[in-house]
Amino acid sequence: MNQSYYNGFNSRKRKQEYKTDLPVMITPEVKEPGSILSSLSAYIFKPWHGFVILFFCMVSSSIAFGVDDNAKSSIAEVLWRWMPLLLKGFIFNIVISICAMAIGTAAGAALGLGQISLNKWVRRVSWFITQFFRNSPWLVLLFFAMFLLPFEINIGGLAIPLPDWVKAIIGLSLPVMANVSEIVRGAVVSLPSGQWEAAESLAYTRRQTLWLIILPQCVKRMLPPWMNLYAILTMATVLASIVGVSEVMTLTGQALAAEGGRTDLLAPFYSFVLLIFFMYCYPIARWTVRLEKKFSVIG
Amino acid sequence: MNWDDSMPMVSIKDVHKAFGDLEVLKGVSMDIKKGEVVCIIGPSGSGKSTLIRCINALNDIQQGSILVEGQEVNDPNLDKLELRKKVGMVFQQYNLFPHKTALENVMMAPIRVLKQSKAEVEKTARALIKKVRLEGKEDSYPGELSGGQQQRVAIARSLAMNPDVMLFDEVTAALDPETVNEVLQTIKDLAEEGMTCILVTHEMNFAREVADHIYFTDRGVIVEHGSPTNFFDEAKDPRTKEFLSQIL
Amino acid sequence: MESFFEWFKLLYDNTGINLPFLYDSYDRDRMWNGFLMTIKLSVVALFFSIIIGIIGAWLQNSPLKWTRRIVNGYIQIFRNTPPLVQLYFFYFAIGALLPKVSNGYGGEVPILGGFAWAAISLSFFAGAFNVEIFRSGMEAVPKSTTEAAEALGFSRLQIYKDITLPLAFRVVLPALNNNLVNLVKTTTLAYAIAVPEMLYESNQIWSDNVNVTEMMIFLLLAYFFLVGILVWGMNRWERSLKIPGFGT
Repeated sequence: MNQSYYNGFNSRKRKQEYKTDLPVMITPEVKEPGSILSSLSAYIFKPWHGFVILFFCMVSSSIAFGVDDNAKSSIAEVLWRWMPLLLKGFIFNIVISICAMAIGTAAGAALGLGQISLNKWVRRVSWFITQFFRNSPWLVLLFFAMFLLPFEINIGGLAIPLPDWVKAIIGLSLPVMANVSEIVRGAVVSLPSGQWEAAESLAYTRRQTLWLIILPQCVKRMLPPWMNLYAILTMATVLASIVGVSEVMTLTGQALAAEGGRTDLLAPFYSFVLLIFFMYCYPIARWTVRLEKKFSVIG
Repeated sequence: MNWDDSMPMVSIKDVHKAFGDLEVLKGVSMDIKKGEVVCIIGPSGSGKSTLIRCINALNDIQQGSILVEGQEVNDPNLDKLELRKKVGMVFQQYNLFPHKTALENVMMAPIRVLKQSKAEVEKTARALIKKVRLEGKEDSYPGELSGGQQQRVAIARSLAMNPDVMLFDEVTAALDPETVNEVLQTIKDLAEEGMTCILVTHEMNFAREVADHIYFTDRGVIVEHGSPTNFFDEAKDPRTKEFLSQIL
Repeated sequence: MESFFEWFKLLYDNTGINLPFLYDSYDRDRMWNGFLMTIKLSVVALFFSIIIGIIGAWLQNSPLKWTRRIVNGYIQIFRNTPPLVQLYFFYFAIGALLPKVSNGYGGEVPILGGFAWAAISLSFFAGAFNVEIFRSGMEAVPKSTTEAAEALGFSRLQIYKDITLPLAFRVVLPALNNNLVNLVKTTTLAYAIAVPEMLYESNQIWSDNVNVTEMMIFLLLAYFFLVGILVWGMNRWERSLKIPGFGT
């Protein structure tokens, strides 16, 4: 074999690769970065989303025409009347979700760092807590917080009341904490070990390495799963209705009862609740996918 | 359909092929006789790979005719199974089935496609593995084999269908330099046994040594062809000369 | 066995730790049935969610634009709205539209009960995730591999059955298992429509015995072990299916 030939054609050498990373959602087309407004508009509505809303309206109105009789006010009218209250309820859901996310993220970050601690026992205990709360259903954890937290706590003679919605926030922050812990651990572990070695060879301490080198790089990797978790949490806030917190689902039930349990109102009201959650969570999901895609390109 | 040994085994006439607006074959013709070893060489993007992929109908053609043992390939009612029994193909990227062992890779097609009995197939498969010098690797998965070993399994897999013609599409291009020879030796053995072979290759020394006939393609046409001696030592066309001067 | 149960009665008498689902045969049956109901709901929903996933992934490849859009619309609605509201929508809104049937005692009952609606709702919810999982699995099988099978004369169905599905299955298994774990956890939502699964039965028991703390801790441990065992088993399964060199 002529050696010079290989030099010429070695660049052709390729290794077979299988792509196994599962795209979590449909990958949106990549757009040129533009102004905030124009890039935001990409997440809001696309033509086929009209179809989705149309679908809701069709379901609702077909039921309306089928059952409506002239003695009752029309479905649209009833829905319109209750809409402000339901939207206020939904804002309460958002408040719960933001609070639970904040608490869960703070606790989860600590727990996640515990999972990569050099101390064997800190690592094991953090791992166990993480797995324990990750394996538990959200609803069970919510019950857990509801029933086992006292209605008020005494700190040095000062009684701080714990209303149901605060308990709900704590209950929901437990699974968030466990998931954030896994996100932190996963991001740190996924970083190439060369980063640790390079920092060590430059005489950084472990603490410095972690805070100056590792964690800043992890933030980018953690952002998409963290946002995904937030969307899941937001959708889980309706669970609070089961334990009696006056959020949108509870108010929907009360509105339906106040209208005298008309069955023709069920579909429109539930559709409306689905729709407001969709309009809040879907843009988050799209945005998450975009970030994922962007970061995977940058690396 | 009245085909006999004296006629060309593969007869290509005025084949045109385009991908969208990009015309990759602009009227290619060649005849390959039984037992002949033909090498197609040429710069990247000259349509060599497309041409041999057309021979076993992995790509269709827009115009012209390809006869394999008298069977017309450019025919909407083509019996692809019948064609592929006659034509074996080995790919640049080996393309072994990653979830099957080496032996299973060789055995799968005769059992599934030709419906031969398992015991019989296993006997021939083991013989073929031996023939490509991979004894002891029967139960290895493709992921556990080197590139050269995988490529030899791929050759054995193709031979298990007992084809009359073998197509080799740049089969050493993805290999590490040290494993190229083992694959070329396997092909050489086959050629010496009288297998009709059509190779797209960049291995000039191999082409000179093994080929009966060499075709040089550039931009979708055959620029020049002839016996290895004529081709390498007395090339006439300036494009051929330039290509040879670059790689030899 | 009876003395084992008796011990918990003694535990209650001596320490006040009340675990009636161990010493009381009535509560024991309730708890056991709740556990079985959780398993049953998970298995039924798993089965139908996989069917939905396969059909959805197939429809997503449809040449018809609107078929693809409807499938995408389905996926996005079910992934971006609360599963509990989905369940209410199915159970109350759609359930109210369906005709009622006689229950044999002169009364009328809905044609579909809580269990059926929970199963339907959870199937659609988990199915929306499965569509994406299956589609990405199909895409992970390299075209060159299926092409090699084509060159060996495999029919389209054979390629699908012998090459694409086995490879895609290995690729999707981790995501599928993850979805299964989520599904098992989501079965607790059936509590909201009074399907007697584990959470619901626990609630019944703590209402009767006023032992919320014990029941709560038991329930958390029960789910921890149930899901833990599931995760462990699935990981083992994934490892046993692992092929060297494929899908690291």
